[in-house]
Amino acid sequence: MSNTLQIVWLIPFLPLIGFLINGLGRKQLSKSLTGIIGSGVILASFLISIFVFFQVKNGNSHVAHYFDFINTGSLKVGFDFQIDQLSSLFLLIITGVGFLIHVYSTSYMHEEESKDFAKYFAYLNLFVFSMLLLVMGGNYIIMFIGWEGVGLCSYLLIGFWFKDNNNNDAAKKAFIMNRIGDFGFLLAVFWLIAKLGTTNYHDVFDQVSKLSSFDITGITLLLFLGATGKSAQIPLYTWLPDAMAGPTPVSALIHAATMVTAGIYMIARSNILFTMAPLTQSVVAVIGLATAVVAATIALKQNDIKKVLAYSTVSQLGYMFLGLGVGAYTGAVFHVMTHAFFKALLFLGAGSVIHAMGGEQDMRNMGGLKKYMSITHITFLLGCLAIAGMPPFSGFFSKDEILAAAFEKNPVYWGVGVLTAFMTAFYMFRLYGLTFLGKFRGTHDQEHHLHESPSAITIPLIILAILAVVGGWIGIPEVFMHGGHRLEAFLEPIFAQSNTLVTSLNEKHALSQTTEYALMAVSVAGALIALLYAWNKFSKYEKSIEEETGFAKVISNKWYVDEFYNAIVVKPIQSIAGFFSNVVEKKGIDGFVNGVGKAVNYGSRQIRLLQTGQVSAYMLMMVVAILILFIIQLFL
Amino acid sequence: MDQNISVTFPHVLIFFPLLAGLITFLFKKDAAVKSWALFSSIITLIVSLLSLYYANNKTLSGLDFNYEWLKHIGASFSVSLDGMGRILTLLTAISFPIIFVATYKNQYKNAPLFYGLLLLTQAGLMGVFVATDALIFYFFWELAIIPVYFLCSRWGGEKRIQATFKFFIYTFTGSLLMLVGIIYMYLHTTAIHDKAGLLISEHSFSMSYFYAVTLSAPEQNWLFWLFFIAFAVKMPVFPFHTWQPDTYEQSPSAVTMVLSGVMVKMGLLGVIRWLLPMFPLAVAKFDTIVIILSVTGIVYASLLAIRQDDLKRLVAYSSIAHIGLMCATIFTTKQIGLEGVMIQMFNHGINIIGLWIVIELIEKQLGVRKISQLGGVAHKAPTLTIMLVVIAFANIALPLTNAFVGEFMMFSGLFQFSICFAVVALVSIILAAVYTLNMVQKVFYGPSNSLTATMKEISVNEQIALSIVVVAIFLTGIYPQPLFDLTKDTVAEIITRFK
Amino acid sequence: MPINYYIFLALALFTIGVIGVLTRRNAIIIFMCIELMLNAANLLLVAFSKLHTATSNIATAGSDAQIFVFFIMIVAAAEVSVGLAIIVMMYRNTHSVDVNFLNRLKN
Repeated sequence: MSNTLQIVWLIPFLPLIGFLINGLGRKQLSKSLTGIIGSGVILASFLISIFVFFQVKNGNSHVAHYFDFINTGSLKVGFDFQIDQLSSLFLLIITGVGFLIHVYSTSYMHEEESKDFAKYFAYLNLFVFSMLLLVMGGNYIIMFIGWEGVGLCSYLLIGFWFKDNNNNDAAKKAFIMNRIGDFGFLLAVFWLIAKLGTTNYHDVFDQVSKLSSFDITGITLLLFLGATGKSAQIPLYTWLPDAMAGPTPVSALIHAATMVTAGIYMIARSNILFTMAPLTQSVVAVIGLATAVVAATIALKQNDIKKVLAYSTVSQLGYMFLGLGVGAYTGAVFHVMTHAFFKALLFLGAGSVIHAMGGEQDMRNMGGLKKYMSITHITFLLGCLAIAGMPPFSGFFSKDEILAAAFEKNPVYWGVGVLTAFMTAFYMFRLYGLTFLGKFRGTHDQEHHLHESPSAITIPLIILAILAVVGGWIGIPEVFMHGGHRLEAFLEPIFAQSNTLVTSLNEKHALSQTTEYALMAVSVAGALIALLYAWNKFSKYEKSIEEETGFAKVISNKWYVDEFYNAIVVKPIQSIAGFFSNVVEKKGIDGFVNGVGKAVNYGSRQIRLLQTGQVSAYMLMMVVAILILFIIQLFL
Repeated sequence: MDQNISVTFPHVLIFFPLLAGLITFLFKKDAAVKSWALFSSIITLIVSLLSLYYANNKTLSGLDFNYEWLKHIGASFSVSLDGMGRILTLLTAISFPIIFVATYKNQYKNAPLFYGLLLLTQAGLMGVFVATDALIFYFFWELAIIPVYFLCSRWGGEKRIQATFKFFIYTFTGSLLMLVGIIYMYLHTTAIHDKAGLLISEHSFSMSYFYAVTLSAPEQNWLFWLFFIAFAVKMPVFPFHTWQPDTYEQSPSAVTMVLSGVMVKMGLLGVIRWLLPMFPLAVAKFDTIVIILSVTGIVYASLLAIRQDDLKRLVAYSSIAHIGLMCATIFTTKQIGLEGVMIQMFNHGINIIGLWIVIELIEKQLGVRKISQLGGVAHKAPTLTIMLVVIAFANIALPLTNAFVGEFMMFSGLFQFSICFAVVALVSIILAAVYTLNMVQKVFYGPSNSLTATMKEISVNEQIALSIVVVAIFLTGIYPQPLFDLTKDTVAEIITRFK
Repeated sequence: MPINYYIFLALALFTIGVIGVLTRRNAIIIFMCIELMLNAANLLLVAFSKLHTATSNIATAGSDAQIFVFFIMIVAAAEVSVGLAIIVMMYRNTHSVDVNFLNRLKN
């Protein structure tokens, strides 16, 4: 009963308190106080998370029950938090990266009015609260609460500057696309309830053998639909690039480091279900891979610095799904972690650049920022190297693990994955080159204004850069160092059930050491070539106004996916709705109702003519009626 | 049967608003009338809250609170509170003070009449929710509706006569069909005898006698439709719904709130308490048809809501979609679904009243309800906007707001009935997000125009009313268990009839 | 006397009354024709009552029909007084007792 982990309720509760204080006191609090409260609660959560993490590391995992959320004859859902290896790791990422981004925001958002500043921090705290619920929940319903909660915060934060309707449109799009995913998630949960009568992870995973393979495939496909919404995969990825309309720290926290990885967390959490559904696994792998490639191609041609990073996020998330699809759950979670470090770093770096450029986001107007912003430049470069998969930076280890697992499953997966890795290296160094190398291409005003950002911005950058460099070292592959993959050992209990199942089904043939070295060599070499080519090419970039043609035009227009969706989904729904409202409702149902009224009106007008006003006519009618009655009486 | 003269909670809940309403007619001054109406509705609320604590029977006990009324035709004034009755009387009791506070600043011509009629409606609603005698049920059913005809036709908008007429025709047709059904059922009940075995009446209107009537399948089939159409019109279920947007649009706001927040629950209660137990065979036969109608209605109304430019009509269609879901779930007769319906009946009322209040506030200040003419209200009225955003997200059932748990369980019940229907119905959560966010964006966000630049922040009264709604949303959203505890025995009782 | 005679006489009176009502336009004549029909009914009632008394062994059989006749006569008398009053009013307004002038309510 008195498990020390019972106090984990504090972890989400503190951000909630922060939200309430900042939200309700937004008119009274000064900016510095708001910042201190907003960041302080996250820091406190982070410290508790560290404590929890070490507890878990020492073998103490726990399901904390607080109160009955739903307790009826048909369904029992507790307000439970499940603390184990997986959730404690995510706790660290969320609160740790979250804290750095809060600190960063105190400076980045400083120009807002103090009321809006407080509102921003309130939303940010609310987001952390929801995200923590998502990963701590002990059943699918609590997860879903967080799941929708982060969607809400994402909506609020993308539309933070709500005067501009473009932001609002982006926010709305994000929420609705997420809802389409939620549609799948909910159906999966209903399915679980219908078959098993419970949504607790433990109970579901224990009784998984009761489900038919049809059920499992259905449930996992629907869960995956949920994941594609939240984690921006094909076909629901288009909201994420638009979501860059929000403030940059938001993009870093929500749309790169944490929220979008919720889908990966959910699948990793339900790993046993997915392992038992090979069909779904293939779907996950293929969709992940396709997303990785498509997003990478789009990123090649984007000129908005945040858009490139957004597509890169989509692409990296695709990698994670590839990892999940080929059964490399640890690899996927590992990549979530490293990606959180380097992508948050890149976004915050981009934010620092945008800040210095006075809001300019078009890379064609940047260039040569190296000499103005040295800290931003160096940390950004480290981030680029990490995402490009250069050893020994963190991205290398996690990406390599996924690619190796993909090769094991199907070499084609590996081939496409590596190709994507080359593209990643290319577009990241295109971004780097356009921004930091060459000479400045902006206006004089902007050049005059260029400066390194204040320490509230640079310190988080430095910390994240360190993490982006060393973060991979907890997962060193077996070929380099025996027992080097400490993360795998740590997460072992979470995936034990799946691993046993996989081993029992077919002998897991590990790759030979030579193959593994060869694979690594290919990917690193290829990425290095792409990197150097881009470096070389874009450090000499000059502005030009050439029309894009052919394939380049297609990818710079993002494969026309938005237009396509508009044509096959949005427009038809609009016109069906219009048809219903103008024709079916007005002419059909209402027409029928009014028609009845009109018929009665018309009929009575006709019958009225019988009332001639002549007394003798009435008399005649009366007599005729009496005669008819007689006849009926006598003869019928 | 003993003449049990003890006054019970249901009696107070009916007669206090009734008396208060009649007293209201005597008032001369408009200002005093408002305070009196508010005061009396708060007393009703207190009684209703007390009834939650002091009465412990959670299922209908039939004849326990029983005055012999029209003894020789077998009608008695019998009322009783079960879990469902308690939750709905609580909703009625909560709604009226909120409505009175929110519209406190409104000036109505001939205010004593207006408030008196509203309180009569309240009495009628209470009566419908607690009646366990068919004649009483029918009586209060009409008592609840008839004042609305006057309220809508006297104080409504431009096209109020047409709207009232439509409303009247629809509801009256339904009522008459139900009356035919009630009389038929009455004539098939067994005779009542007193303790000595003497005949009191050939037939009985009592609910338990109605339940006990054995009917052949063909009889059940047509009786089912008589009752169902009456209830379906009230809810309303597609395709009996076209009175609703017109009436909501034309009625004065206070009346719209009563209609949509509370009165639609009369139809749902009618189905659960009267229709299901009386005609189990017909329910088993027609459940698919009704569910198809309701599910069609859900998607249909959601699509229509996307196209509406008038805020009131948008909310009206959104309400049709929500009620359609409840109706569909009731006919699945799944326990989890019915439990969801129970708490959703309460929560839907709270949410929709909140939405109406916001719309009323905008219309009162700016004189328009057209979405296309509004925009950027958030700059001038941030508090209003925050309240609206909370209520709007509760309306689309975001978790930790009140509607989530209910909708979740209802969809779950529907899923257990048929995956296909659940999938179609669940599309509405996406469509609901579309129309709600569209509305929020176009009315509250974006740049403000010359009209909305004159918007002012809401007054204290209005803040109080909206705060109550918002607090209720979070309270029942985060900890819905008390509502479940209240109703789960009622649900269990209904379910046993279908096993 | 056989009952048939009474029936034929009553039928004849009634038919005269009906035809009179249908064909004449003078309100007073119509009025008298109505009285004729009432009296036809009275005649039949009395005749059948007599028949009933004769064939039954209960002393009071058929007496209720006689009572009916009195009722009808009283009601007819009341009707005449009201009806004549209406006709007088009609004459004052239209200077005619022709019922075809009484169609003003039509429009």
